[in-house]
Amino acid sequence: MPESQSSYQPAPVAIHPAPAAEHPPTHPWLQHHFDSMEQQAEASTLGMWVFLCTEILFFGGLFMAYIVYRHASPEGWQEASSELNRFWGTTNTLVLICSSLTMALAVRAAQTSQSARTQVSWLLGTMVFGAAFLGIKAIEYYDKFKHHHVPGPNFHWDGLYPKPAEQFYSLYFAMTGLHALHMIIGLGIMTVIAIMAGRKTFDAEYYTPVEVAGLYWHFVDIVWIFLFPLLYLVGGHFKGA
Amino acid sequence: MSGHVAPKSMYIGVWLALVVGTILTYLAALVDLGALNNVVMLVIACTKATLVILFFMHVRWSSRLTWVVAASGFFWLLIMFSLTLQDYLTRGWVAGTAAGIITPFTGR
Repeated sequence: MPESQSSYQPAPVAIHPAPAAEHPPTHPWLQHHFDSMEQQAEASTLGMWVFLCTEILFFGGLFMAYIVYRHASPEGWQEASSELNRFWGTTNTLVLICSSLTMALAVRAAQTSQSARTQVSWLLGTMVFGAAFLGIKAIEYYDKFKHHHVPGPNFHWDGLYPKPAEQFYSLYFAMTGLHALHMIIGLGIMTVIAIMAGRKTFDAEYYTPVEVAGLYWHFVDIVWIFLFPLLYLVGGHFKGA
Repeated sequence: MSGHVAPKSMYIGVWLALVVGTILTYLAALVDLGALNNVVMLVIACTKATLVILFFMHVRWSSRLTWVVAASGFFWLLIMFSLTLQDYLTRGWVAGTAAGIITPFTGR
């Protein structure tokens, strides 16, 4: 209504005031309680790190149990660990490292305003590696069920240390199970982020969801970086008793 | 937005270092080094984790506040480990106290 602007100025409506002079035109993804996109990104990243601190201690409790029970029977744990499949363990470590690289490149693609197609490709690559990890984990779990190495009434151990072995496998399933659950949740998050990326949501101005999802994904990778040697490699040079 | 954009080559370099670390830790585990086996595997794992945190998770370019929060998580983890071990590792040291609830398992 250009003519009304020239002849008649309506009073500003109280519930929807005109933008004040100190607020430049805002980004559609900027929430009203933040001053700028930078501030919003900083708050989100910091919030994610606070969550990751709780995750460190969540997994930390299991690592604490690992230290105490392994200390109680070092040889028993070596024997139990030597039955894990080191080939699949090492392969899975490499698979997760590759998924972290594709995740980092997905964040970079969003940061540098690359096409939605490029962003989605890196995210899908991350999901393929993540799914491969879970597939290999399923093969390993199946093998453990087949050989009665799952703690419980059907647990069977031919070695010298059946009770420490049962303890080891209790923690093995608790730790890798919790880790696998985090991977499954991570795949769900990646699905959402990939759909958002496909809708051209992310560019150099706004990529915080990709960045924060990346923080989660890398954290889960770090947990595995410690689980791999502590579970799979402890029995690496076990000669048998 | 003013996030630091690192070159692709840096990410690939970090990835290569992580792959080399994984292969090294695997090979080192096959050799019996005694107590050193644990030291080697933990040093390699901590190095790999640090690389991921600094470069993949962009902490190297994050604010000091992010540094403090990220470090505090590991600090609290160390508090939990050290205080718990102060209990478990010293049971039975003082005359009249019960010997370890957790005793070394020596055989069948």
